[in-house]
Amino acid sequence: MTQVKAPEAAPKERAAPSRGVLRRQLQQFLAFASLIVLMAFFSIANPNFLTWSNVTGILLSTAVIGILALGTTFVIITGGIDLSLGTGMTLASVVTAMLLVTWGLPLAVGVLGGILFGALMGFVNGFNVSILKIPPFIATLAMMLIAQGLALVISGTAPIYFTGVPGFTDISRGSLIPGLQLPNAVLILFALTAIAAVLLGKTILGRYTFAIGSNEEATSISGINVRKWKIIIYTLSGAFTGIAGVVLAARLNSAQPALGLGYELQAIAAVVIGGTSLRGGKGSIIGTLIGALIMGVLVNGLRIMSIPQEWQTVVVGVVILVAVYTDILRRGKGG
Amino acid sequence: MRTLQGAVATKRTDVSEQLLRIEGMSKAFPGVQALSNVGLDLNAGEVHAVVGENGAGKSTLMKVLAGIYEKDTGTIYMDGKPVEIDSPVTAQSLGISIIHQELALMPDLTIAENIYIGREKRKWFGLFVDNKDLNRRVKDLFERLGISLDPRTKVANLLVAQQQVVEIAKALSFNARVLIMDEPTAALTESETEALFGMIRDLKARSTGILYISHRMEELKAISDRITVLRDGHYIDTLDTAETDLREIISLMVGREIKGETRPEVTTGTRPVMLRVEGISTKSLLKDVSFELKKGEILGFAGLMGAGRTEVARVICGADKADSGEIYLNGEHVHIHNPADAARLGIGYLSEDRKRYGLMLEQDVNFNILISSLTDYVNVVGLVRDEQGRKTSTRYVDSLSIKTPSIRQRTDNLSGGNQQKIVISKWLAKDCDILIFDEPTRGIDVGAKEEIYALLNGLAEQGKAIIMISSELPEVLRMAHRIVVMCEGRVTGILDNSEADQELIMDYATRAGAHGGIAT
Repeated sequence: MTQVKAPEAAPKERAAPSRGVLRRQLQQFLAFASLIVLMAFFSIANPNFLTWSNVTGILLSTAVIGILALGTTFVIITGGIDLSLGTGMTLASVVTAMLLVTWGLPLAVGVLGGILFGALMGFVNGFNVSILKIPPFIATLAMMLIAQGLALVISGTAPIYFTGVPGFTDISRGSLIPGLQLPNAVLILFALTAIAAVLLGKTILGRYTFAIGSNEEATSISGINVRKWKIIIYTLSGAFTGIAGVVLAARLNSAQPALGLGYELQAIAAVVIGGTSLRGGKGSIIGTLIGALIMGVLVNGLRIMSIPQEWQTVVVGVVILVAVYTDILRRGKGG
Repeated sequence: MRTLQGAVATKRTDVSEQLLRIEGMSKAFPGVQALSNVGLDLNAGEVHAVVGENGAGKSTLMKVLAGIYEKDTGTIYMDGKPVEIDSPVTAQSLGISIIHQELALMPDLTIAENIYIGREKRKWFGLFVDNKDLNRRVKDLFERLGISLDPRTKVANLLVAQQQVVEIAKALSFNARVLIMDEPTAALTESETEALFGMIRDLKARSTGILYISHRMEELKAISDRITVLRDGHYIDTLDTAETDLREIISLMVGREIKGETRPEVTTGTRPVMLRVEGISTKSLLKDVSFELKKGEILGFAGLMGAGRTEVARVICGADKADSGEIYLNGEHVHIHNPADAARLGIGYLSEDRKRYGLMLEQDVNFNILISSLTDYVNVVGLVRDEQGRKTSTRYVDSLSIKTPSIRQRTDNLSGGNQQKIVISKWLAKDCDILIFDEPTRGIDVGAKEEIYALLNGLAEQGKAIIMISSELPEVLRMAHRIVVMCEGRVTGILDNSEADQELIMDYATRAGAHGGIAT
């Protein structure tokens, strides 16, 4: 390209991965290792832990938080945050109930409607953050309240049951693969993990997500329309929220307008435990899945060991601190 | 040697009225010797101007005096007695006050609250501020200084010039005997400047000594008694204002000979125009900026700090909006609303602040080189063809000889020169024809500088058009085919390299536009 003569050639050891790559791999390995250690611990403590039915139970209970966490991983990597995940999910499930139960529309329309409604909320979040320049914390806090209120208004504060909608509960409870007693909700979680991993790792969207989180100003100066991409990223996260709403409704066979608050914090916790930095620029989908599983395993294991609910919550809090602090330590050493 | 010069400067004044003397002061920052063995003295009732190019050490010297930086070596004498200044509080108790270049007032507090912040008289067990006492004290102060402002006014409601007056009053409220003014007129209009000068003459009459930093040469003639020139952190000379002229001061400021350095041989006068900028103005600074950039040309932008060079660059690359003016690319009128537009049109901006505007430091070399041109590497399904991308970035690492163990290396671990080459690679990968370099060699060591120069020349020879903003005049003279000189938001001159020298550029760079009328 340039005809400039190099005074001395650059060292050529490009075949070997640099320390940075190794560190990234190490981090995922650490998260995975802690998951294994946890599972080993609980299976020794209680032999019932590693039974098929308990494992699928854990996976099923992880599915909703996991789906929320997958979507919001993108937002968090940009350096943003989304507090409207929980109540947004609830509103999406109420909208689905309205379409299917109140209006009696076909199943596909209801499901798609719920997902699109989630995406719409994400779009509004993205618009508020990137065009109106409202800080993500405030913009999504407002959306959290709006969604919570709307869910109660639309449902008339009462749960809506899908009893008259054939096939709806199969979305979560059915088992697509015959013989394998794995609920569909878990399959959906795995499928979405694969999709999110490809989006984050292999597409322009993923690259720009990291770029914005690393240095938003430099990304903009580099000729990337940061505003547009932030809206797209929040919309994507919103779509995941919508899916989580449908999956939850199908699992419960009802849309519960009072449920949902607090799910956003669990999802964010899963993302953080998975090694994604709240400062942005760093994170992975596999990490988020592992983070969500660690949360699920913890809660389930503690319950099996008959540790009271109150203490389970305390333990989860401590685990978040430990996970984030080890990340800070590693970062500090890495330089 | 330097101490000798300092001694000579000292001899010129009557020791009895000497207020402040500095001897052999040095101060180093990592990588820079900001001050080397500098001497200076100040008499009561004197305005002593300190001048020098950007980076000459003026601000460092003043900040040491004000107790903001700690000196490495040297002695400071007040009234002939050595003193230790280790904090702003000590400086204030010794009677040294500084008025900063950037105003440091709290807009939501009143004038009086700003002036006596932290020193308010309390009442009711120290829980409440005695506002009556506060306002009365400030009123007294203002009366003594002949200031006609209501102490109860909120600072947010004041004009910049009035805020400046409040800053001065605040400095004097410490009973300052030495007042340091760093570019006090930078934000003032002509009449406001006159008012400020009136106040300075008053202070002189009251035996206050004033150290006065300014880039505006004409002002020095109007207000100063003596002028000390610093260059590259060294003391150069002290002159009586009455016995010198601007020409002499500027040549002392610029000083160094350009020895054996080449200048561009070709002229670019007849080449086709790639970029034409017409009458760009912004509310904040730029006034009617127009110039042309030709194919294969390096167009230098010279001027002092705050002249508006970076602001022009940011408008062209879409980072900031102009309030009026047009941009033409290859004769075609273009609208650039954001950096994405500029990049699409093939205009790339390389900021002096590479860490803030250039790189995603946590990401690797490959990521940074490809970020602007990623859309070229997408296959039909929408996935990024990483193999192809890595080939490209490896090619740039080779051809620009970027020294990195691997393209997977994080960029924050690389040197300034290599980081700069990565940003250049990013725009070359995007196939930009116009590259705007803002201080391309800032923070880059000498050897790597030569490489960057060779790179810029190579790019120009290939037909790229380059804007090179630089505060280093030798660099501008060596690299640029033509030179745009700016001062206070205006283009004050466009010179061919053959007619330009450092003195002439400095002359244009200190020609304040319409309101520089204090000239002698």
